[in-house]
Amino acid sequence: MDLNPIWLTLKLAGITTVLLLATGLPVAWWLSKGRSIFKVILEAIITMPLVLPPSVLGFYLLLAFSPQHGVGKWLQQTFDVQFVFSFQGLVLASVIYSMPFMLGPIKSALQQLPVSLSQASYSLGKTKWQTFTRVLLPNIKPSLLTAIVLTFAHTLGEFGVVLMIGGNIPNVTRVASIAVYDSVEQMDYATANAYSLILFAITFILVVSVFVFNKYRLKSPLE
Amino acid sequence: MIRIDIEKKLKTYQGKQVLKIAGQFEQGSITKIYGPSGAGKTTFLKVIAGFTQPEKGNIIVYEVTWLDTASKISLPPQKRMAGFVFQDYALFPNMTVMQHLQYATKDAAWIEKLLAVGKLETLTTHKPEYLSGGQQQRLAILRALATKPKLLLMDEPFSALDPEMKTELISELKLLFKELGTTVFIVSHNPQELEGLTELFISL
Repeated sequence: MDLNPIWLTLKLAGITTVLLLATGLPVAWWLSKGRSIFKVILEAIITMPLVLPPSVLGFYLLLAFSPQHGVGKWLQQTFDVQFVFSFQGLVLASVIYSMPFMLGPIKSALQQLPVSLSQASYSLGKTKWQTFTRVLLPNIKPSLLTAIVLTFAHTLGEFGVVLMIGGNIPNVTRVASIAVYDSVEQMDYATANAYSLILFAITFILVVSVFVFNKYRLKSPLE
Repeated sequence: MIRIDIEKKLKTYQGKQVLKIAGQFEQGSITKIYGPSGAGKTTFLKVIAGFTQPEKGNIIVYEVTWLDTASKISLPPQKRMAGFVFQDYALFPNMTVMQHLQYATKDAAWIEKLLAVGKLETLTTHKPEYLSGGQQQRLAILRALATKPKLLLMDEPFSALDPEMKTELISELKLLFKELGTTVFIVSHNPQELEGLTELFISL
């Protein structure tokens, strides 16, 4: 069995999770403060991938980044970057597709912290950054862990959006979920089963671990 | 001298009301703020600390303008560094007693002194969830004092303390305030508490 789709999937999930963690933390913090109409609309847009058929998202990404026109053409000509049928395209699609899984838990955890925690820190002369890293983040550890694991696990399971923008190129865009579909199409049920079982096992271990961890180790101190 | 003259709209169950407070307070004075629930006592403290903005007014603390809505000056809470004791304590669940104080100051001798005043010397490694209500409240007071603030704002700071502890703590705190030259505003519901202090009645 070719293990490349599994490695590719893990690489995609890893990169997506790191990128989303780095961008998601400040965005979630910003969204957790106040509720202007602009923030509400932005939140709705970020949440869209939860309910939108993945093929629809993939279709529009395919159109947007097609090297024949618009943004895709400009990116190709200016930076020699192509998002369609490439690994970076998968990363971009995954970041958009998994964004609500990273932002949602972090944002609601931050909103649940009493505003007086930040105020107490500010009154001690601490900057917003110090307050975020020393006071807010340590007190949302369980939700942070949940967000990281959910994002990783969700990216492992992507299919529609990945197929639309990435296609099925071995070693480049052929991730495990697509390899399953491909194997079934070729009536190779044994290989499909092997890929499926590996994906199932990884996801199961991840999700169970986060539940166990949150139950015994990182129970929210505010509960 | 601290000069305060502010106007802030409040949303109450009786509709929109305006909180208007003006006064001058000597350095080192302790003022007890009292008044009915919902009158804006906590809001008044939060305006001084810079957590919320009034529509109109100015706050001048020892010749430094903290707030002047006319010339659009409003120092952030980090620059005002008013000590603040929150009604809900606002302790950091991730920090031990010692870490709370070390987060606020690097002065180890001062930390030792504060711990003795609050009688928390034996509990330095405890996190708030393992402290009693009274111990949590004392920690909140000590943390607010850790930065040696020139202005201290206390919102119902003794509500969880037994009478004996309260009397003892108050007399020790008065000595600390004197040593630091701290001006103090204390919100209190209890008319008998803190007798003999300057009083400021707030009502809408």
